Amino acid sequence: MSDEGKPAVEMVDVQIDGEWHQFPKGTRMIEACRQVGKEVPHYCYHPKLTSPGNCRMCLVEMGMPPRPRPGEDPPEKDENGHLPISWIPRPVIACANTVAPNMGIRTDSDLTHACRQGVMELLLINHPLDCPICDQAGECRLQEFSVEHGNGGSRFREQKVKKPKNVDIGPRIRLDDERCIMCSRCIRFTDEVADDPVLGFTDRGSHTVLTVHPGQQLANNYSLNTVDICPVGALTSNDFRFQMRVWFLKEDKSICTSCGRGCNITIGSREDEVYRLTPRENNEVNSAWMCDHGRLNFHYLNSEMRLTDPLVRGAEGHETVAWGDAIQAAADALGRCEANEIALIASGRLTNEELFMARRLASVMKTEFVDIVPRSGEADDYLLAADRNPNTNGAKLVLGLDEPGQALKDIREGMAQGRIKALVVLQENLIDDAGFTAEELGKLDFILHTYPLANPTAETADVVLPGAAFSEKRGSMINLTGRLQRLNRATDGPGQTREVWEIVRDLIQALGGGNGIYLIEDVFKQMAGEIAEFEGLTLSKIGDLGVPLLETDEKIPLLERERERVAKGIIVG
Amino acid sequence: MAAIKYLAGKEPHPNEHRMIFRNVDREGWDPSIDTYLGEGGYEQLKKAVAMEPQAITDEVKKAGVRGRGGAGFPAGVKWGFIPPNNTKPVYLICNADESEPGTFKDRYIIHQDPHQLIEGMAIACFAVGAKLAYIYIREEFPEGAAILEKAIAEAHEKGFLGKGICGSDFDLEIYVHRGAGAYICGEETGLIESLEGKRPYPRIKPPYFPAAMGLYLCPTIVNNVETLCHVKHILDMGGEEYAKLGTPNNTGTRILCVSGDVQKPGYFEVQVGKVTLGEVINDMCGGLKPGRKIQAVIPGGSSAKVLRGDETFKIKKGGEDVELKLEDIPMDFDTLAACGSMAGSGGVIVIDDSRSISWVLNNINAFYAHESCGQCTPCREGSLWMKKITDRVVAGKAAPSDIDTLDAVARNIDGRTICAFGEACSWPTESFIQKFRDELVASTNPDLDEAIVNPETELAAAHLAR
Amino acid sequence: MEVPAELEKEIDERITHYPVSKRSAVLPVLHALQHHFGYISEEAVEWAARKLELEPIKVLEVVTFYPGFRQSAPGKYHIRVCRTLSCAMAGSAELMESLCKAAKIDRSGVTHHHPIAVGEDGRFSIEFAECLASCGTGPVCMVNDDFHEKVEDAETLLSKYRD
Repeated sequence: MSDEGKPAVEMVDVQIDGEWHQFPKGTRMIEACRQVGKEVPHYCYHPKLTSPGNCRMCLVEMGMPPRPRPGEDPPEKDENGHLPISWIPRPVIACANTVAPNMGIRTDSDLTHACRQGVMELLLINHPLDCPICDQAGECRLQEFSVEHGNGGSRFREQKVKKPKNVDIGPRIRLDDERCIMCSRCIRFTDEVADDPVLGFTDRGSHTVLTVHPGQQLANNYSLNTVDICPVGALTSNDFRFQMRVWFLKEDKSICTSCGRGCNITIGSREDEVYRLTPRENNEVNSAWMCDHGRLNFHYLNSEMRLTDPLVRGAEGHETVAWGDAIQAAADALGRCEANEIALIASGRLTNEELFMARRLASVMKTEFVDIVPRSGEADDYLLAADRNPNTNGAKLVLGLDEPGQALKDIREGMAQGRIKALVVLQENLIDDAGFTAEELGKLDFILHTYPLANPTAETADVVLPGAAFSEKRGSMINLTGRLQRLNRATDGPGQTREVWEIVRDLIQALGGGNGIYLIEDVFKQMAGEIAEFEGLTLSKIGDLGVPLLETDEKIPLLERERERVAKGIIVG
Repeated sequence: MAAIKYLAGKEPHPNEHRMIFRNVDREGWDPSIDTYLGEGGYEQLKKAVAMEPQAITDEVKKAGVRGRGGAGFPAGVKWGFIPPNNTKPVYLICNADESEPGTFKDRYIIHQDPHQLIEGMAIACFAVGAKLAYIYIREEFPEGAAILEKAIAEAHEKGFLGKGICGSDFDLEIYVHRGAGAYICGEETGLIESLEGKRPYPRIKPPYFPAAMGLYLCPTIVNNVETLCHVKHILDMGGEEYAKLGTPNNTGTRILCVSGDVQKPGYFEVQVGKVTLGEVINDMCGGLKPGRKIQAVIPGGSSAKVLRGDETFKIKKGGEDVELKLEDIPMDFDTLAACGSMAGSGGVIVIDDSRSISWVLNNINAFYAHESCGQCTPCREGSLWMKKITDRVVAGKAAPSDIDTLDAVARNIDGRTICAFGEACSWPTESFIQKFRDELVASTNPDLDEAIVNPETELAAAHLAR
Repeated sequence: MEVPAELEKEIDERITHYPVSKRSAVLPVLHALQHHFGYISEEAVEWAARKLELEPIKVLEVVTFYPGFRQSAPGKYHIRVCRTLSCAMAGSAELMESLCKAAKIDRSGVTHHHPIAVGEDGRFSIEFAECLASCGTGPVCMVNDDFHEKVEDAETLLSKYRD
């Protein structure tokens, strides 16, 4: 957000590890340190949640100007206008305290190191040494800070406290209480963000256990975020656990395509197999969260039903052919059609680039029958949107649709009357998702269909092409708030899968000659030349967090509430 | 006024100065309001409601009375921390969660003189602008809670509580709130959380200083039972006159509770700093059991650092270096602090030479391990670890190096926790090791230094040997 | 679990003591329920949660924190013996032992999670409590709401509760 128009924030001078810096008044010490590259280790602190200050890992040495005693002269400022700092013997937590004028912070002093070492030792005494079988290994804060701040050995000669293990606390999450360090992040998340307070601490002292209320479940659609924010292996995802060691995962920044929100995500994959999606912070879209529905909606990528090769219907059904032959077969059939004898059904799941190529194709095919298949579900009061297409706004803008889905009726009518003789169906399963019947599709002269999976619509198609799914392509989409965001390729699709923009480019080429497009950057460039909204942009300019493109009045309920809490100083944000 | 007669065998010691405990063990005294009114009860409240609230706070400041709950913070100064531009409701809470081991004074005030407390509270509420107050009483005082509720009802009936108190426009309701057995509720922000119906996890300070953000995030004054009783007497005497009791900066009287290895344990209200530890033990408590010597004294509740019986203390007094023997220590806040301990809650525990030091420390560690709320890491993990180590020391299963570990654990807690429980649980261990290392090491077995004593490691080792 | 109208009335009155936040009434509501039923059952937790419009976990968190709340039925007379230093020095461990013997209670199954031992006939149950704040008169104990100090003889104490 732009800072223009906001009242000027008072800046305070703070010395961090000997260097003076300026920060807006009210900045938490931990954030000030982070901003100047002095990461303060922590467990319980999370900028999106309240700060209980319970883990004590972020203890730092702090000082303020000495207070003169009655009759004493006030301390003198140095040549830079800074007062001397009188260091306080008691360490303070950096997470909940804010910077003050002329404050000193030491993140690298003997006291600070002793505190971290002490907390690490105490956190580990009752923690099981089961890293080899713990799914958190590799992204465990206990492991990481142990290396940096731990003792390297144990003085603990007692029996550890025994607690419940492998507890089923919800359909998607498992709890190991012995690993829990009682940072309360998950409890705060369920209380403060998900409004589903089913988690709590029972018992007390060292025997404290995280628990779900008997008979209740942590089952809300945001439950898996607790797994992300759990700094240790106490909460693990049933879906991901034991599937892959995290250090083998390749991480690519992309966006979720399960609804119009476009939550920013990281795709974790290895050798062209996607293992998990995790939310990536974007304070204009999804804060640091995503819904379980979107998070788990990727298993089809690894399905046995994936289409792997171009298919052309022959005498004995669909036969595998070379890409060139498939494209030529399609071009031959489509080339025989007159204007408006072909309908193009694209998809709200296509990228802008793919949609742009579809628009080109429609014009080459001289058809006015162009639409996408709308899909909707129930919106929640958090992130999940009713529009379950990720790029409805892109489709409206690029294809010039006023009301997506409006033309489908005309297309079906045209098909029934025999006016429409051929269909190009890009990444939509018309039979299962748009109410088309096999009979009406069977009447057509020709159907070209791209899709990631074998499906009933493909059964009716003459040319079936394996089109890449979301993790297999680059491109951009426009979410419901009008933000232009980028997908990145994390995996290669199976077999000969290709991205739709490439397929369409080749088809256009076969239908009407060269078009000068070799790279997706070329598509974007041409799109930016033709559609004013994209003017001046390139794929790389979109960046990892996207850019605002269209004005909409869409509000994100979860973000509205978060901003309120930030404004009140309850959370950092 | 005729001399007060006390119950036979319960007469105050001549060196006592009974003010708060004036009516404790008094013959013919009962906790009813009529008895209280018969001796000038609620006169100070009547006087107070005709005063400017600030004038009362000023008197309390002048009196210099320091909190009797443990921290010894000046009560008037605490009241003054309510933000001057405050527009929120102000609450007052009487901390009657008396739970510091060795302390047993509030019980007697509540049981025998409840109206003294209610009058003190009402005056304090008027001074700080509170219209709603709670008495947070520990669950283990069910009779005390009933007595207080009855007393509140009586005071209500007579117009000392409720609307328009004593004809003024001052309204006040006081309710009794019972705890449920948690030492941590004695910590004022833990108490506030408990009163809000949550787990009594103490709050981080800053920002949650109760005088600014306390109960329901409104300014809240939390005072100990004894402290609030003093308010009534301060108003009666005037702050300056009150400040003449006791010693400078350690004004007034306070109730010392003595337990452990003395002939006659009990409670004694004395002028602060006017009696020495030796006088308390030898004169007031009848000395030690025959043939016994003082091995150790815990002078201010179990979290106060222990003092050795044969120790001498080199301290500064009035700018001069003085050397004090244990018995010579005057029982005031500043001297006990200078001697490396604290006056705390006034609970003096005497330990004679028949006791095993490791057994004593283990008992204390068991208390703190049981009472740690578990919110923050050092105390949650460290308190139980210390208890487990001293369990082994007592059982003869510890090595000398375990004493060093024990010390290190305590120092990893001290000063690094959310609340003062960290110090409360680490100071006993730190001070016992500092003062009684030889005794503790004598309970250990050097042969165990290299031994595997962790049952889990033992299992693993046995498995590897196969 | 049936909460009698009388008890509910008492509870409703208690709740009025907390005009700012009903949640503050958690402890008094639980005390009233425990006083009536002898302990806090899961149903009691749910009932209190409904009464105070809280999520049940928020009540369970509180119940399990405080040793003053029991989650299983004690004996008709529940004894709490002070374990802390001054009473221990005055012989509370011995008192516990003699009380168990006299009341025929086996404490061998006592753990952190099950601190209460109940005698076979259900008349007495017993547990250690931390400091009961009468350190000068140890050893002390409580039997239900009755307080007893300088307890020397177990049988003498128990005889008051033999009916």
